[in-house]
Amino acid sequence: MRHLLSVDDLGRAELDELLDLGESFLDVTRRNIPKVPALRGKTVVSLFYEESTRTRLSFETAAKRLSADTMAFSVGASSIAKGESLRDTVQTVEAMGVDAIVVRHRSAGAPHRVATWVDAAVINAGDGRHEHPTQALLDALTLRRHRGTGLDGARVAIVGDIRHSRVARSTAKAFAALGATVTLGGLPTLIPESLAGWPATTTGDLDEILGRLDVIYLLRIQHERQDATLFPSLREYTTRYGLTVERAGRLKPDTLIMHPGPMNRGVEIAAEVAETPASVITEQVANGVAVRMAVLYQLLGSGATVA
Amino acid sequence: MPDSIVVRGGRVLDTTGERTVDVLIEGPVIAAVGDGLRGDRELDASGCVITPGLVDLHVHLREPGHEEAETIETGARAAALGGFSAIVAMPNTEPPHDDPAVVAAVLGAGTRSVCDVHAAGCITNRRAGTELAPMGELYALGVRIFTDDGACVDSAGVMRRALEYAGSLPGAVVAQHAEDTTLCTGGHMHEGEWSSRLGIPGRPAVAEAAIVARDCLLAELTGTRVHFLHVSTASAVELIRDAKHRGLPITAEAAPHHFTLTDAACASFDPVFKVHPPLRSADDVTAIKAGLADGTIDAIATDHAPHAVETKERPFEEAPPGMLGLETALALALTELVEPGVVSLADAVGLLSWRPARIAGLSDHGGPIEPGRCAHLCVIDPTVTWSPDPARLASRARNTPYEGRTLTGRARHTIVSGEAVVVDGEAQR
Repeated sequence: MRHLLSVDDLGRAELDELLDLGESFLDVTRRNIPKVPALRGKTVVSLFYEESTRTRLSFETAAKRLSADTMAFSVGASSIAKGESLRDTVQTVEAMGVDAIVVRHRSAGAPHRVATWVDAAVINAGDGRHEHPTQALLDALTLRRHRGTGLDGARVAIVGDIRHSRVARSTAKAFAALGATVTLGGLPTLIPESLAGWPATTTGDLDEILGRLDVIYLLRIQHERQDATLFPSLREYTTRYGLTVERAGRLKPDTLIMHPGPMNRGVEIAAEVAETPASVITEQVANGVAVRMAVLYQLLGSGATVA
Repeated sequence: MPDSIVVRGGRVLDTTGERTVDVLIEGPVIAAVGDGLRGDRELDASGCVITPGLVDLHVHLREPGHEEAETIETGARAAALGGFSAIVAMPNTEPPHDDPAVVAAVLGAGTRSVCDVHAAGCITNRRAGTELAPMGELYALGVRIFTDDGACVDSAGVMRRALEYAGSLPGAVVAQHAEDTTLCTGGHMHEGEWSSRLGIPGRPAVAEAAIVARDCLLAELTGTRVHFLHVSTASAVELIRDAKHRGLPITAEAAPHHFTLTDAACASFDPVFKVHPPLRSADDVTAIKAGLADGTIDAIATDHAPHAVETKERPFEEAPPGMLGLETALALALTELVEPGVVSLADAVGLLSWRPARIAGLSDHGGPIEPGRCAHLCVIDPTVTWSPDPARLASRARNTPYEGRTLTGRARHTIVSGEAVVVDGEAQR
């Protein structure tokens, strides 16, 4: 693995390997001193063309726990705001001597382009509506820790704004690759125009499948979508697809509730539901640091075993 | 008296058929066609096909406004190297062709360039789709094709008025960029399997078909000719085929990229594959070829759209749409249409020469190759194989999607108004 741009870059064996490594690093993060010297002397830069506190912090924490040096570029604080081209920016950054570039961009494929211009390893931290592979890895790790290494047969519904979601694109692929059966649920205007190439089916009736689900994965509903005539109102969305207390009551007792965050409590998920024991949302965040350590280690590590 | 030129040893192909004869050019005209002609200068055409110069209805020359991407001089040179003797410059310059002074300046620069440069005029001021451009004044300068290309005339009311108005200008044609803006807003590639996989917002095929259907009805209502630019979808081809059967005054063109590339190319996220209308599905490509084969589509037009290198180094969704076409169109037609037997060589040349010449009202162009006609000729070597190299293009821009592709056939010599502007594949000025 030279870059991590898409879940498509990972076969089943590589997925398992990364998740195993993620488990090991999860142990590391729970130590008194949650730090290993694996990437001492390596430099990881985060290049974020789109605001993201959570993902950026998660990557920086992961890099620091591997003893890598970190740098951050963000919009507004750099030449990005002065109109420098993407290519010029990444080549400038690389000239400073970096080993990995973590790219978040509002446009699909920006990390793929960056990877064609630099020798450093490129990690996609979210590109437009396309992919968010480390989110998929942390979701898979979270699910695996609850269900064991094989997700075979797990019935997962991803619910919400699938069409505009990079999380859905990556996570559906990772879950399916690990053996889960993935169903996409949502208003017709929020389901992709074509499902060819998606390892998933779709349902127009969430209530019909609720009682059979092993996992319900809720996506953030973005308020601005209302303006795009995609649905009439947040209230109507919640009525039809929100995980209300009433709907949550119809899930199996052991159905896991997942959400990539940040949540709109009261829209796609009721505040009370997010706090129930079935909700693994904060675990997802913790697992995020571990899988990002795994990715950085795989891309930059010398191959030494984790101490 | 300028030197005479004899084009020797080739097979002449025009609307009257094929024969192996020499062509003698004196000054700007064809002086004689026959055996054993002699001239001051000889151009070897053995093994080659001598056709009327090619005519491109659809090029973006970027001057005025974006001379860093192309100029009239460099675009015309690229055209001549591609075998074209006449090109029609689209009006989306900055400022646009909604002002007689701008059009006059473009035409003036064209007279100093190596091929005939004609100008299309705007349908509406600033191509904004609301108020009619001074079509009559532009017509008086020689404009015959009116279009807001790059922008669709979305308003049915404005399109109707434009057609009614253009009906008073003999030979004028209103050319539509058929993509309903409301269906395409924010879209960057064909909507379908690949846009869904890649997470790139789509431009659906129905956006083209909806406008084609509407404008066929408006052509019927007004009786004014409508030309559909860069037709890209199976449904639009079907609508145009039906409209023609009903006798409506409709013509259409297709761009080489719409019969040679599909939306799958966008999986590289390389904006060199970004174009409006977008690269479509394999089924659409098949339908475009069928439309070219059965005459539904009248012309191959390049939609040559140069962009400066740095603008194509932006991410896909932020890069401007458009790709180069002038230097590869003939080879693509020969390689992808003639070689596999989709169309005959004569039909391919018709699509590239006399049929577009008729649409644009360019009576000097498109042949036939006979004494007294203007000497606009293209000498095609139909067997040479080559591969486009962006670094060696005459265009100022580099955004060809065909780098490294093996193509068969190329313009060997191009003669415009009796001047050999390209000889053995080299521009002479």
